[in-house]
Amino acid sequence: MRTYPITQRLLAGTPMGGAAERLGAHVARLGPLPGDRRRDIIPSLEASGLLGRGGAGFPVGRKWRAMAERRHGDAVIVANGAEGEPASFKDRVLMANRPHLVIDGAILAAEAVGAGEIVLYVGGEHEAAVAAMSRALMERGDERRPPLRIVTAPVGYVAGEATAAVHYINAGDARPTTTPPRMSERGVDGRPTLVQNVESLAYAALIARFGEDWYRTAGRSETPGTGLITVTGAAEQQGVREIELGTTVGEVAAASGAGSHAVQAVVLGGYFGTWARAEDVWDLPLDPAGMRAGGLAFGCGIVGLLPEGRCGVTATAEIMGFMADESAGQCGPCVYGLRALGDATARVARGRAEADDLDRIERWTAQLPGRGACHHPDGAVQLLASALDVFGDEFNRHARMRRCSVTRSRLDVA
Amino acid sequence: MSRNGERRLRVDWVRCDGYGLCGDMLPELIDLDEWRFPILRAGPVDRDLLHDAQRAADCCPMKALILEPVPADRRR
Ligand SMILES: Cc1cc2nc3c(=O)[nH]c(=O)nc-3n(C[C@H](O)[C@H](O)[C@H](O)COP(=O)(O)O)c2cc1C
Ligand code: SF4
Ligand code: SF4
Repeated sequence: MRTYPITQRLLAGTPMGGAAERLGAHVARLGPLPGDRRRDIIPSLEASGLLGRGGAGFPVGRKWRAMAERRHGDAVIVANGAEGEPASFKDRVLMANRPHLVIDGAILAAEAVGAGEIVLYVGGEHEAAVAAMSRALMERGDERRPPLRIVTAPVGYVAGEATAAVHYINAGDARPTTTPPRMSERGVDGRPTLVQNVESLAYAALIARFGEDWYRTAGRSETPGTGLITVTGAAEQQGVREIELGTTVGEVAAASGAGSHAVQAVVLGGYFGTWARAEDVWDLPLDPAGMRAGGLAFGCGIVGLLPEGRCGVTATAEIMGFMADESAGQCGPCVYGLRALGDATARVARGRAEADDLDRIERWTAQLPGRGACHHPDGAVQLLASALDVFGDEFNRHARMRRCSVTRSRLDVA
Repeated sequence: MSRNGERRLRVDWVRCDGYGLCGDMLPELIDLDEWRFPILRAGPVDRDLLHDAQRAADCCPMKALILEPVPADRRR
């Protein structure tokens, strides 16, 4: 079994799964946020190459600079720990174990861009994370800093989308809003708002302490740094890991106890991501920049391993059904299109396809992207399009012959 | 902040109710899907269609169809 060197940065310190790190231990381990680094943190972040970890991979330094250079208004920081993606666990694990690192990052962001308030937006169903973040806030009682409050995010895939988060914080409604006006101009309480994933913030707090050169010493491919990933599916040790970016899919699988023979296909980036054949991506570096160039997405770092013997068409139909259920229900193409796609995919998977279901799936997949207030439908059809590519023969067999060659079964016998 | 005064159509998907009026009025630029929600042709609106595009936007009962300058950062 090949292994890869373990580089723990975000998750350094006491092992995961114990109690959350207390303030005393956090400061003893890392020291306080250095005051003199706060002013030049933006150039430092820019030079580090840190990319956002909420899914889109936008450069963090550039986002902070744009906010810092705004013309007017007291800004608000939203630390996004909603983590509505059911296959992802990295944000809740980070918040539950290293709450002070996340809070450091949020304070740093507030000071760097001149924000007068911080909202920690934490998925309400992530109970350990909510508890750890709440207690960490109490531990910080009398520190001099902008006011910080926790808002628990409602359950739902879309609740973590940036405009949905702002909408929920403002009005208790976690549905995305139509931009413009942009949140960077009018967000929480109508003030300029910076929404940043909790892992991105935690990393900023490390870069403030150790600098951009330190940051760039990790990273085996194009993108520097380490990152949190969630391994799911055909692995003995599923769960959250920190990897040096550029570690390959095969190395991650091996370290998680999944041999190449046991894995049929891989879904990268989660329900928003893409399917790939295991043999095609086994040596692929998990590297956000490189993956983007190759038409793939690192997303929020999900490595989903589809075991041999599990039908990819059925797995895809389940995800599409979930994505249709999770539509926030306000944009017609998303509401009707995703539902229709979910239903058609489910019919194919069950061997109940109607004559033109495959054609419909292809047509709807092509016409849906970009036609919603948020990118929810875009992510869903991207996943489906990749499934049609990777499991194309199997889709055909299910639809036309009503057979599944993975489970070796006839689907038309009730 | 548009380039050379070009304009594009955009749908506010939260407002659009899918009556499909826009597609009936402006088939040159707007297809309708099977639920009668619009599918816009990509890119800036041709000069000779600007007038019709404005009329379609004005007639949208939900004020969901918008003719606006192409944003400088969104060159699609
Ligand atoms: C449907 C949908 C769900 C999302 N859910 C989350 C989430 O749970 N957590 C998160 O940090 N970002 C989520 N995002 C991305 C956010 O909109 C936003 O880009 C991100 O929080 C910005 O932080 P980053 O730049 O640090 O990645 C979601 C986006 C979409 C379209
Ligand atoms: S695109 Fe879908 S998920 Fe996004 S706001 Fe519209 S209805 Fe909701
Ligand atoms: S006319 Fe307006 S509401 Fe009707 S389909 Fe077109 S954009 Fe939507």
